[in-house]
Amino acid sequence: MKSLVAEYNYWIYILLMMIGLYAMLAKNNLVKKVIGMSIFQTAIIVFYVSIGAKKDATIPIIAHGDGSHGAVEAAIDVAHYANPLPHVLMLTAIVVSVGTLGVALAICLAIFRRYNTLEEDELQERMQ
Amino acid sequence: MMIYQQAPALLVVIPLLSAFAVNISGLFNRRSCFPVALLAMAATFGATLMTLHRVMETGSFSYRLGGWPPPFGIEYVIDHLNGLVLAAVAFVSLLAVIFSRRSVEKELPDKVVQFYTLFVLLVTGLLGMTVTGDAFNLYVLLEIAALTGYALIALGDNRALVAGFNYVILGTIGASFYLLGVGHLFIMTGSLNMADLLGILPGLYGNTAVFVALLLILVGVWLKMAFFPLHTWLPNAYTYAPSAAGCLVAPLVTKVSVYIMIRIMLSVFSAGYVFDVLSVAEPIVWLAVAAILFGSILALAQQEMKKMLTYLIVAEVGYMVGGFWLATGYGITGAILHIVNDALMTFCLFAFAGIVVYKTGGSRLSDLEGLYRKMPVTMAAFTVGALSMIGVPPTAGFFSKWYLILGAIQAGSYHFVAALLISSLVNAILFFRII
Repeated sequence: MKSLVAEYNYWIYILLMMIGLYAMLAKNNLVKKVIGMSIFQTAIIVFYVSIGAKKDATIPIIAHGDGSHGAVEAAIDVAHYANPLPHVLMLTAIVVSVGTLGVALAICLAIFRRYNTLEEDELQERMQ
Repeated sequence: MMIYQQAPALLVVIPLLSAFAVNISGLFNRRSCFPVALLAMAATFGATLMTLHRVMETGSFSYRLGGWPPPFGIEYVIDHLNGLVLAAVAFVSLLAVIFSRRSVEKELPDKVVQFYTLFVLLVTGLLGMTVTGDAFNLYVLLEIAALTGYALIALGDNRALVAGFNYVILGTIGASFYLLGVGHLFIMTGSLNMADLLGILPGLYGNTAVFVALLLILVGVWLKMAFFPLHTWLPNAYTYAPSAAGCLVAPLVTKVSVYIMIRIMLSVFSAGYVFDVLSVAEPIVWLAVAAILFGSILALAQQEMKKMLTYLIVAEVGYMVGGFWLATGYGITGAILHIVNDALMTFCLFAFAGIVVYKTGGSRLSDLEGLYRKMPVTMAAFTVGALSMIGVPPTAGFFSKWYLILGAIQAGSYHFVAALLISSLVNAILFFRII
């Protein structure tokens, strides 16, 4: 119970991932599978973004308010800044997932044009 | 000597930029795509040869992209292992682009521009995956190779679309698992650089999260390389892909994924951890035995030559994964040698299948009768490839199989020896049916 509350971000990502995985494997409609794939990838993005967050932390930009660099550098405490790296990595991962989504939908469109259906069981019949 | 210094970056940059060049030249004249792609592949092969030469001369070295020092910037690390794999990948892609000209004109007359653009991008991804020393950079290039691979397969006829769709779904699960594994490593170490991870991880060998990261990465790359029982997407996707796309995708994608597995296991987790601290090697060798037997037996049941070859790929992946997890020097040597040999053998066989489709319009085994009289040179080349697949002594396939068997005997894994011998026998039956 304690881990459920303290580490809720991990539980959310696992739940999202399982929803996506279920949709990808069990759904009959190809577009629903694609939606599942998108949820699955989003779950991983949530995971990465949540590990970079900290309590009472701000964006990782050092304020040079008074112009005295030396004094500011002495006062920097990493605990006050969020870790930017996971977020930056996820910018790339979002681009990748959009690309994957595009390819998957393009293939769905081509399948629909050819077979006039997106249901997997009807597709199996028409491919015979 | 400027080019010599920059060769590791050039071998990724040349195919990447040539994708734009192919696309732009295709706007003006569709027939100019082939020469541009050919030139790009030849230049890339030159760059990989320069890189390989430098490794042979000076030993392993690292290339800093943008001059940023390693733990912060991305570095390319080239040693003897990936120097060899790079040259093999670039060589097979050069051969594949030469093969593709007539085949693409016949099978995909409206999609020449798209085909060559995707072709060079796929090579970019494969070479980048091989050369990089950064775990997240590897993910990005893995996805570049995967996305272009899906599109190349789906360029084919009707069934290729559905096979391509299944490949998208399973391939994305694989890549996501890899990314999740890298995420776990990042939580534990705060680093993404492979050399840096290798230095930090020994203090965390008892940690469950690191073990979970290893499992996630393994499952991810297994999905990508179609290791039994995660192989279900492969046979249909590679069978119905256009012949020219099959010639590039089938020999290279699975082999580069095997290389990634070896690289991550040895250069991130270290041999001491994966072989000695954990006891996962033994079950994986059993899985590899299952992969070899399953692939070989299903290959025997096929009436269509391309489909038969795809099941042989499933078996060959079993050779390499099993050889690596034998955890003996000979076994790992055999697995690495087999990456190179199998890329060439598979290319030879798929090119043969492509030529048969080009000439006769079908690739059922019954279409192959009497080809010796009609195409003696092609059949002679196919015979060499087939003998190598079986593992007859003077051919390349014999040497890697020999090392694998030596490694298995050294490790005492006689079930693996038996699987290799049964698979060789099955291959002999398969190919003598054709020859």
